[in-house]
Amino acid sequence: MGRQLLINDLDKPGIQTLEGYKACGGYTALDKALKMKPEEIVEEVKKSGLRGRGGAGFPTGMKWSFIAKPPGVPRYLVCNADESEPGTFKDRFLMEKKPHILIEGMIISSFALGANVSYIYIRGEMMYVFHILEKAIQEAYDAGLLGKNIMGSGFDHDLYVHCGAGAYICGEETALIESLEGKRGNPRIKPPFPAVKGVWDCPTVVNNVETIAAVVPITTMGGDEYAKIGIGKSTGTKLISASGHINKPGVYEIELGVPVEEFIYSDKYCGGIRNGKKMKAVVAGGSSVPVLPTDLILKTAKGEPRLMTYESLADGGFQTGTMLGSGGFIVMDEDTSIVKNLWNFTRFYHHESCGQCSPCREGTGWMEKILHKFLDGHASMSDIDLLWDIQGKIEGKTICPLGEAAAWPVAAAIRHFRSEFEEYVKSGKNMKDVKHYYRLNNLETA
Amino acid sequence: MSTSKNIQFSPEALELCQKIMRRYPQGKHKSAILPILHIAQAESNGWLSPEVMDYVAGILRIQPIEVYEVASFYSMFNLKPVGKCVIEVCRTGPCWLLGAEDLVRFIEKKLGIKEGQTTPDGMFTLKTVECLASCGTAPMMQIGETYHENLTFDKCGKILDEYKGKGELVTHWKKEKVKNHSDIKQ
Ligand SMILES: Cc1cc2nc3c(=O)[nH]c(=O)nc-3n(C[C@H](O)[C@H](O)[C@H](O)COP(=O)(O)O)c2cc1C
Ligand code: SF4
Ligand code: FES
Repeated sequence: MGRQLLINDLDKPGIQTLEGYKACGGYTALDKALKMKPEEIVEEVKKSGLRGRGGAGFPTGMKWSFIAKPPGVPRYLVCNADESEPGTFKDRFLMEKKPHILIEGMIISSFALGANVSYIYIRGEMMYVFHILEKAIQEAYDAGLLGKNIMGSGFDHDLYVHCGAGAYICGEETALIESLEGKRGNPRIKPPFPAVKGVWDCPTVVNNVETIAAVVPITTMGGDEYAKIGIGKSTGTKLISASGHINKPGVYEIELGVPVEEFIYSDKYCGGIRNGKKMKAVVAGGSSVPVLPTDLILKTAKGEPRLMTYESLADGGFQTGTMLGSGGFIVMDEDTSIVKNLWNFTRFYHHESCGQCSPCREGTGWMEKILHKFLDGHASMSDIDLLWDIQGKIEGKTICPLGEAAAWPVAAAIRHFRSEFEEYVKSGKNMKDVKHYYRLNNLETA
Repeated sequence: MSTSKNIQFSPEALELCQKIMRRYPQGKHKSAILPILHIAQAESNGWLSPEVMDYVAGILRIQPIEVYEVASFYSMFNLKPVGKCVIEVCRTGPCWLLGAEDLVRFIEKKLGIKEGQTTPDGMFTLKTVECLASCGTAPMMQIGETYHENLTFDKCGKILDEYKGKGELVTHWKKEKVKNHSDIKQ
């Protein structure tokens, strides 16, 4: 069917403005929500089956119900707009095109949580989107949708945008909280979880942009209706950022459950592989999730068609499956070097490690160095096992999941593409003979 | 500690800093440090000298060390002088798949500098950065707040010529938007 609940109406004039957004039914969900009880909204979100769209997929309603409510202590909602997971660009797209859906979602969610102040933490690089949001928030204030006694409901709410300054780790929710407090983005040891002790030691919920935006259609249609979209525990629609060697890169809103094959090859979505090439591999959920070769991304190990759902993509565990993650869908064609791509990702994680835990700080550095040895033609076969060993010593031994995010891609690349590592070793210093090493991107004719 | 006596932000910039500090609860105004450091870069030729950081510490009424430790953590803050335009080319996975590496080589050749360096005329600094959430329009680069997407050599060359023609300072938080901050009311 292909229903769109978030990025619909983008062709309507002035959808970026309050007036244009209202003309398409904007802020009617807020009106409805303010006439409900906060607990009722939480209940609808629970019924909807909505799962966090930031990457971890944790049920949103459940997360909301964990928020501590000590009397006299303010609660905060913080929107995670730090979007830095390589391959992910849906939040930027949504905020730029339709800023008011996020603002409406923020007000409804804050009302449900009993938060009178909320913040949107946007990564500093998206400074122009920061200004788009500022403008939209100002429009909302001027129309009485923010501030004191919103729409006569007696609910007061202030919403602010806060800009970061370049640090992938600030997307991790406790690092984001530290950063919002004006400090370095070092993740905190949990527990206590933010729901109990978050920003300024107050109970805090951190949610992704898309999660908060989805609260708007859920409020409008009701949790049960929303849950009818999708398959099983993967309910609703999901924004997928599609990039790499495909004909039609971009942001697509899918109903969860679309077959991966259809998503890649149909003209409605990615439109197949560029330049008539064959597909080699896919990273389905942002750079942190395991890479899968073509046969395993299209079909599960049991031979069933793989679907774009949390469960289907994870089918087979990490042996043969992967994760939906943030929905950063990176497609690689037959000429791509898996080893070099892995080196690039590992270099990224090494660069972004905050340095608090030795397995992550040192391990990412060692993995980057060893991968570089492969590319330089100095690696030996035992280096493949060494890489395997190091990644296994990071996973599960760090303060935050960046360690795993760095380890999983290494494990998956070795698991599924070991022969390519061996090819690098065998070719030794004669790297030009390795057909994957020099990929020529002819940007002159692109 | 260095002296910040010679530093003075414009009245508009100072007013903007005060506005932003009011967005956080009483006593929590240190939270404003990242936005204020962005403003500071716009006011100080695109980079943060120790003197500028001390001055920011004064605005925030915190210790200079608290500013240094934050400024050194975040990649958008330049702690050394930079050219008027900092070219930030995305070098991460999806952009690399579509030619980011070649693009960096192209810019290096065109400007006669290496990654990390500034042109002798002080116009450009070339930096590589991590994924800017623009992977669907790769390869791409950012200059100031502007995303330049779907780049080819030709397109990239023309864009750089345009910036050179204007010869203006370009920062993430634009200088004009520091001067006129009517979008920030609350
Ligand atoms: C290293 C790291 C980076 C992350 N980056 C982001 C991010 O950019 N955006 C985001 O929404 N969540 C990110 N997350 C997930 C957040 O920690 C958190 O789970 C999420 O914001 C919760 O929102 P949700 O439940 O709505 O998904 C990241 C996690 C880790 C470990
Ligand atoms: S796992 Fe890495 S990024 Fe996370 S806290 Fe430890 S060192 Fe920092
Ligand atoms: S990889 Fe370059 S913008 Fe994402």
